[in-house]
Amino acid sequence: MIRESYINWIVLAGFLVVPLWALSADEPFTITLATRAVLLALAAVGLNIALGIGGLVSLGHAAFFGLGGYAMGILAHHAQTFTPLELGMFTIAGTKSMPIIWLTAIIVSALAAFVIGLLSLRTTGVYFIMITLAFGQMFFFFSISWSAYGGEDGLSIYVRNGFPGLNTLVPIQFFGLCFTALCAALFVHWKLRKSPFGLALNAARQSPARVETVGLNPVRLKLLAFVISGAITGLAGALFADLNRFVSPTMFSWQLSGELIVLIIIGGVGRLMGPVIGAALFVTLEHFLGAFTDFWHVWLGVILLLIVLFARGGVVGILTGKAGPHV
Amino acid sequence: MSTILIIEQILNGLQSGIMLFLMAAGLTLIFGVMGLINLAHGSLYMVGAFAAAAVAGATGSFLLALVAALAAAALAGAIVEMVVIRRLYKAPHLDQVLATFALILIFSEGTRWIFGSFPLFLDVPSYLSGPIRLPGGIQYPLYRLVLIGVGLSVAIGLWWLTARTRIGIQIRAGENDREMIAALGVDISKLYTIVFALGAALAGLAGALVGAIQSVQVGMGEPVLILAFVVIVIGGIGSIKGAFIGAILVGLTDTLGGIFLPQLFKLFMETGAATQTGSALASMAVYVLMSLVLIWRPTGLFGARA
Repeated sequence: MIRESYINWIVLAGFLVVPLWALSADEPFTITLATRAVLLALAAVGLNIALGIGGLVSLGHAAFFGLGGYAMGILAHHAQTFTPLELGMFTIAGTKSMPIIWLTAIIVSALAAFVIGLLSLRTTGVYFIMITLAFGQMFFFFSISWSAYGGEDGLSIYVRNGFPGLNTLVPIQFFGLCFTALCAALFVHWKLRKSPFGLALNAARQSPARVETVGLNPVRLKLLAFVISGAITGLAGALFADLNRFVSPTMFSWQLSGELIVLIIIGGVGRLMGPVIGAALFVTLEHFLGAFTDFWHVWLGVILLLIVLFARGGVVGILTGKAGPHV
Repeated sequence: MSTILIIEQILNGLQSGIMLFLMAAGLTLIFGVMGLINLAHGSLYMVGAFAAAAVAGATGSFLLALVAALAAAALAGAIVEMVVIRRLYKAPHLDQVLATFALILIFSEGTRWIFGSFPLFLDVPSYLSGPIRLPGGIQYPLYRLVLIGVGLSVAIGLWWLTARTRIGIQIRAGENDREMIAALGVDISKLYTIVFALGAALAGLAGALVGAIQSVQVGMGEPVLILAFVVIVIGGIGSIKGAFIGAILVGLTDTLGGIFLPQLFKLFMETGAATQTGSALASMAVYVLMSLVLIWRPTGLFGARA
């Protein structure tokens, strides 16, 4: 049995070694695949703060992923068509600068998470799952019918957005950027879990009544977790859209919300690196099984079913021999 | 805007609401009795539609197709219950979500494997096609009226089943206290399989009936599933009456919003912008309705428990 912290470092190192190998072997596509895995991991790390620490089973996190994507799409679209963006009283210019786009994505998805959280946290359990799913779907249909930004066809961006001092069109440089964002999010998760807020949130998941007795408001704790979680997933969405230079309503699709949960479960719920391991395995499976059969989702379904029924701790649980910090 | 158009749209809304009820009733029953959230309910809807299309294609009989839809969905439901779902009743909701999500992947890709990616077509039988003249000179498609009739009969049948029959008493008792009825000698695991198969059969019936006016394709179940979730959140989980009222509300809001919101915005906006804003807002209307109900009553209109 291996200690969890060893596994964490090995996985993180693996994420650096593979693209560097690909760089030396001149395989840019592998770097793109690794970037895709990093960004899915980033989105799932965001979800893991709500799901893993706070116990909030959100089946609507694609809403924040998509909002981040559209924040990037809309700002870059206005910049590349040289049309200002009219926002009622304000008129702002579009931008191709990543820091500004990221900040916008984080703020917009945090605000959305605040409103959705405020409404959804009035309920618990199954209601919460269904309501978050429904709100996610609301964004999906809205983006389809809002034809000003491409509607069902989505928005294409001709050139990837820029970051000061870097050439983001070079795959390894863009990978470095995304990997740094992932490390930052992991650091936030790690710090958060040890902080008084994280401990209180963990307690609120296990027993809201006791948390209330010591004078804390469990709903407020969960709401804050949901907002932080949504903001990180939104950032992942903005980067993901930049990776593809394309944003469309599929980023809002409920399948994506489901897949984000799947990533966490494959890796291990409530584990720091659970989502990262899950994303790495998911992208690897998608690439190899996808080349082998058109129907790889059947096998994903079977694997998932086996993990849920027989291997509760996910990959980390199997490797460490412990079912997990909580079940 | 004429009265005839308004009445037609109200009938359309009723029809889609009643079909939603068939989905929502099964979901709410399964949740009420077994405490299980079943994402794969949309897959059973799809199974019903594909079975109907396949049998109608082979035999040409619409009635046989409906029987096949009911049988195939009930059978798929019973098998899934016995192989997978049974292990999940005591599991946390997260596990239920994941396992049933996995079932969706297996069902959808499996169906694509067998039938291919192209949509199948299920025709409305000739004796039910064409318009019928309603009082007031309204021409309305007969088939849609039949759908409303079938849905209403199923609703009455379900009420009769739960309120007046022995199995209905057992179902209601199972919702309240499963240990007690097991102690009284009711075979609870058989009861669960029956309830699950019943819910599945209702979903399959809805899939076949709606499949005849839309196309039968992989992934057709999930949009309906999510609307059915909205319905039972509005109606209150576990309540069949709530599912019925919620379904009608959602059906009417969805249909009428799509027609009237763009018209409404034309009163104070130019036509192009009004159509765009109106239709974008109409796509959100049912979710706004859901939020309002939640603010007012977090457990839904007829929900007893959270």
